[in-house]
Amino acid sequence: MKSENSSWLKRLGLGIGALALSFTTATSATAGDTIKVGVLHSLSGTMAISETTLKDTVMMMIDVQNSKGGLLGKKLEAVVVDPASNWPLFAEKAKELLDKEKVDVIFGCWTSVSRKSVLPVIEELNGLLFYPVQYEGEESSKNVFYTGAAPNQQAIPAVDYLAAQGVERWILAGTDYVYPRTTNKILESYLKSQGVKPEDIMINYTPFGHSDWQTIVSNIKAFGSKGKKTAVVSTINGDANVPFYKELGNQGISAEDIPVIAFSVGEEELSGIDTAPLVGHLAAWNYFMSAESKDNDAFIDNWQKYIKSDERVTNDPMEATYIGFNMWAKAVEKANSVDVDTVREAMYGVTVPNLTGGIAVMNTNHHLSKPVLIGEIQDDGQFEIVWQTKGEVTGDAWTNYLPESKWVVSDWTAPISCGNYNIKTGKCSGQVY
Amino acid sequence: MTTNDRPVTGPIAHILSLAFDKNDVGGRRFLLILAVVTVAVPLLNMLPETSPFYVSTYTLTLMGKYLCYAILALSVDLIWGYCGIMSLGHGAFFTLGGYAMGMYLMRQIGERGVYGDPILPDFMVFLDWSELPWYWLGFDSFSFAMLMVLVVPGLLAFIFGWLAFRSRVTGVYLSIITQAMTYALMLAFFRNDMGFGGNNGLTDFKDILGFSLQADSTRAILFVITALALALAYLLSRFIVNSKLGRVIVSVRDAESRTRFIGYKVEHYKLFVFVLSAVIAGIAGALYVPQVGIINPGEFSPINSIEIIIWVAIGGRGTLYGAILGAILVNYAKTYFTGALPEVWLFMLGGLFVVTTLYLPKGVIGIANQVKDRYREQASKKQDQQMDSIKTENADTLSVEDPN
Amino acid sequence: MTIIQKQSTQRPSLPHPIKTIKLTFLLGIYGFLLAISTFAFAVPESTEPPPSLTNDSIFETALNKLNQKNFAQKNQAITEFSNLKDNRVLNTLIALKEGELFYVKKTKQIGFSEKKEALYVLTDPVTSKIIGEFKKRKIKKISLNNSLRTLIRQTIAGLQLSSQDKQTRLDAATSIIKKPSKDLLPTLEKAIALETDETVLLRLTKARAVINISDPSADVRLASVHRLEGSLLPEIRSLLNAMLIVEDDGSFREPSEEVRAAATIALESINDQVQVYKFAENLFFGISLGSVLLLSAVGLAITFGVMGVINMAHGEMMMIGAYTTYVIQLLMPNHIEYSLMVAIPAAFLVAGLMGIIIERGIIRHLYGRPLETLLATFGLSLVLQQLVRSIFSPLNRSVYTPDWMSGSWEINGALSLTYNRLYIIFFALAVLIALILLLKKSRFGLQMRAVTQNRSMARAIGIRTSWVDAMTFGLGSGIAGIAGVALSQLTNVGPNLGQAYIIDSFMVVVFGGVGNLFGTFFAAMSLGIANKFIEPYAGAVLAKILILVFIIIFIQRRPRGLFALKGRAAED
Repeated sequence: MKSENSSWLKRLGLGIGALALSFTTATSATAGDTIKVGVLHSLSGTMAISETTLKDTVMMMIDVQNSKGGLLGKKLEAVVVDPASNWPLFAEKAKELLDKEKVDVIFGCWTSVSRKSVLPVIEELNGLLFYPVQYEGEESSKNVFYTGAAPNQQAIPAVDYLAAQGVERWILAGTDYVYPRTTNKILESYLKSQGVKPEDIMINYTPFGHSDWQTIVSNIKAFGSKGKKTAVVSTINGDANVPFYKELGNQGISAEDIPVIAFSVGEEELSGIDTAPLVGHLAAWNYFMSAESKDNDAFIDNWQKYIKSDERVTNDPMEATYIGFNMWAKAVEKANSVDVDTVREAMYGVTVPNLTGGIAVMNTNHHLSKPVLIGEIQDDGQFEIVWQTKGEVTGDAWTNYLPESKWVVSDWTAPISCGNYNIKTGKCSGQVY
Repeated sequence: MTTNDRPVTGPIAHILSLAFDKNDVGGRRFLLILAVVTVAVPLLNMLPETSPFYVSTYTLTLMGKYLCYAILALSVDLIWGYCGIMSLGHGAFFTLGGYAMGMYLMRQIGERGVYGDPILPDFMVFLDWSELPWYWLGFDSFSFAMLMVLVVPGLLAFIFGWLAFRSRVTGVYLSIITQAMTYALMLAFFRNDMGFGGNNGLTDFKDILGFSLQADSTRAILFVITALALALAYLLSRFIVNSKLGRVIVSVRDAESRTRFIGYKVEHYKLFVFVLSAVIAGIAGALYVPQVGIINPGEFSPINSIEIIIWVAIGGRGTLYGAILGAILVNYAKTYFTGALPEVWLFMLGGLFVVTTLYLPKGVIGIANQVKDRYREQASKKQDQQMDSIKTENADTLSVEDPN
Repeated sequence: MTIIQKQSTQRPSLPHPIKTIKLTFLLGIYGFLLAISTFAFAVPESTEPPPSLTNDSIFETALNKLNQKNFAQKNQAITEFSNLKDNRVLNTLIALKEGELFYVKKTKQIGFSEKKEALYVLTDPVTSKIIGEFKKRKIKKISLNNSLRTLIRQTIAGLQLSSQDKQTRLDAATSIIKKPSKDLLPTLEKAIALETDETVLLRLTKARAVINISDPSADVRLASVHRLEGSLLPEIRSLLNAMLIVEDDGSFREPSEEVRAAATIALESINDQVQVYKFAENLFFGISLGSVLLLSAVGLAITFGVMGVINMAHGEMMMIGAYTTYVIQLLMPNHIEYSLMVAIPAAFLVAGLMGIIIERGIIRHLYGRPLETLLATFGLSLVLQQLVRSIFSPLNRSVYTPDWMSGSWEINGALSLTYNRLYIIFFALAVLIALILLLKKSRFGLQMRAVTQNRSMARAIGIRTSWVDAMTFGLGSGIAGIAGVALSQLTNVGPNLGQAYIIDSFMVVVFGGVGNLFGTFFAAMSLGIANKFIEPYAGAVLAKILILVFIIIFIQRRPRGLFALKGRAAED
């Protein structure tokens, strides 16, 4: 009996020992003569729907760069991990990429909470993250470059456009999380400053993945029958959009009656919807697949070749990934190094042509200057660009429409060198460096 | 709840004799390994990075996280493996404990927040709240927060259990309403208006009791504390299942009506174990938060609670150390597969679950017994029947912690 | 005819260019309509189309102007184009509105497009001859924005007022009510004068009132308000409400107090009625939500309720059903309207077969260990999700909604029931009834009940229990597959589809009482309706939380659900 039990001990001990050993051996592996690019996008779980495409985009960009001979004479090597739409896992995986895999740059994250979860890790281990999705602003980390739109690059031009079309009554509908909350707060304060009365603004929040929109759409209809031209500003996220638009179409609300302008609905989302009833509803982005330019045509060709399907669409976060990747490559060449601090310094002022024409510039607040476009949904799932800003709009990390961030600016160059600098008090808060 | 039917030299010696059960061979080995790991890992972490035995801080915190999950799995094994209550809502107690800790850590940020408000966390400043809601009061005190780590999950378990067990809700009905509980909590915590940070939850922590959470030493200490907590939780659970109380609990699992007819207040026993298990889960949550740096409503997700059950099942239900082994194994597999095979890891994990339930009804811990049984079957053909049957009997009483 | 045309061209130029356009447009339409309406009504027996009044080159020039980048210029071009007195105008405008008017990128030639497999066939609107076949990226649609679409809609409505078909005229009048334009007033007056049909006439005068509600004369406005009394259309409510809006300087948008008073009275009576219909609408929403819950839970009521398998892969069976719908639609692109009819049996078979395989492969080994079925099926659900991700990509798939399921049945302006939900309610009931009949009346149902009530006795009397088990699980899964077909019409078809419904399904089955189909029905309906009546007060999230709390408390009161099984079968 004794001997049987001791074999147990051996087995258990062996198992745990092997476990510990596998950790130690794994960590001792170091970077060779390649440049490692971490890809931190969910490939499973609820966000896989959006993020898998971005993983593929990064892989494509790496392919393209390698076919041009790589960077600094080295090949690029992708390290793909799956944080599985699980926010604490994002932090763990970021740590794995930086600490274990020793990657030189990370492209990743989609949701705000995943970024927030990764942030302390990236800052502590001095990593470099390119974040390619439109977001709520109110943040500027030393270690993150935000290539998606800040609120002033999406929401405010969109509302201006609708107001010019005669809209007087507003429904701000969103999923209950930080991006819609911020955007709606900014819009509410902006609309009021434009003379819109409080009773002409309705704000509605729904949970993630909300699927039964009957009551809310019926309320929208009722709100829109009060004698003023009404529009819906939608920050409804991902999966909830399909049933929302279906219900809108079925309850007979057309874009000519009550237009819906969305900030989270792009070509990719539309590819999962029968768009015929949605024709005329709007979206505001920095990129549409239908933009006519040589760069865009080449990008689309490349993408469809890479993914081996000429049905696949491109969207705004893909362009943001494209710009971010190219900027990083340029900065690495400029700095002649992949060292994070050197590359970061080299990033400021780097320019990359937009796919929609014009030039994107990386500013010292880690946000881009990009044009803003407004498109109407067509029945083929594409957007018709109906309006666009004259030039590029500079991304504003801290919005001026909220009292708490009115006096805050971000500038990562001397003398301020702070992402959260209050020009009134002269203090740099919220930073741990 | 101490038993008096055995000769004892003193209550403490008795408790110790039950906790360090001399028949609990697997448990003793587990404690031994745990002790070695607890001492060795932080020491190896202090080695220079070039050393082949160096354990990185990444590995250290990762292991700390596994140990938190192990405590959680232990609490589920206590209630499921021994009392037969399959709670699909244990993630809720874990997360509530985590939130209590998170609220303390949030208050510790103080003026270092993004908006620099000395009292209000950033998300409250952002939602234009002018003062702290009442349920946030007191969380600036560590001791109060720690009390809440125990009280909040315990109280919820007490109310929930009191209602459910008194009405004799059992089996799948109980499982489903525990699931409803955690689902409702998830929806509630997702609401920004609740004042717990909505979908983002609580994050951006700076320090605990004045020690920076980014410092390696703090992490090593947290790791050691977690390991100690796991050891203590194990001993406590072992003590309980070995005591007379534990036998009643097992008899409730195996024949609830009979136990009731004999004259035991079944509800009280169930409630006691349920609350205790919830408190242990809460502690696990509280230790988890400072190590992973974020707590958010996603942890309430019913899927997470189902996963805990799976850890226990894979390790081996009703053995305590099996649950711990299962939690570590599954989570290590998850870490490994999501990195090594990001595209297909769900096939691996899902397949693992199916195969385990089909072929390893007693979990990984049961493999050895199965192998032994097989060996014995072959041996029995050659050897004397009588000899063999005695051996089997003995082996079974030792290796399977089934008091029936 | 020519005189009128001359009038419009000879008219001295007005100072404002837009006014000129409007006027010419108006007069042009007027003349055109006069021509057609005289033609149509004076000589109704004639079936010949009205003659083309323009020659091809003028028509073509105007047509080519439609393709301009600038929307303001396009607006003008559309106005000019619709002024042409030509029978080809209407068809071209309809094609433009429907997004079927394309141009060849290289030659800029405009044509009606028709999709023919992978290619697009363009037809010349001028000559009706085929221009050629093109790949999608070689041609481009003539783009519109919302205001242009409104303009075209109004123009088309104006042109259609003189149609010979009664329904077309009626629709045109409705279209004017919804999108009134002052420019249409003369056309409308003319149509009213010529209209002989009572229903159309009523609708036409209503349309006139809608336009006249912004007439400069207070008397005309008052008459219009009276004419609109009792109408429940949201557009009309909106117009009446607009009269009561207080401007920033404190004045009312409607200057006349008398008119305002009339509008207030009209609105009050409308709102009273709307309240009643609002209740009916809420009830419909609740029943509809209930029927979705019923559909998603009824399969589980078999696998979980009858067989005792805690089937966590139930959601994935629905997902398989939804993907089957998608595949069926890919297979029959030319008969897509009927695809759902094929998809329902197909989804039943695919999901059912999948269920049988699962039962034979996995569940069979786990009978008597219900909690362990949870673990195995949970693992299975992860595998199935990932399988779908690998095969169909993680992106949502677009499932086409047939025309007969789109839109809504407008009972009146305040109450309209969406067709897709209406069909789903009936469908859910049909599935439930069919299932009950199967269980109560068929031999298989009898065997199934026998096996679940007393397995060994059933085997003793010669029932092949393992066969019955497999079939029962297959039946439950097949029904889940059918539910997936219905869900594909409501929500995303993606790998996460099942996850969204699995918890709700379990709640419904447990609330209703495990193993009782009537219980499942009552549970689904009461939860759906309760949810929809709480939602307006508490919001969507709180409503759901309250429902969950209610279920938890309810189970304390009745630990075996709403309709608990009694007797032997009730024991674990």
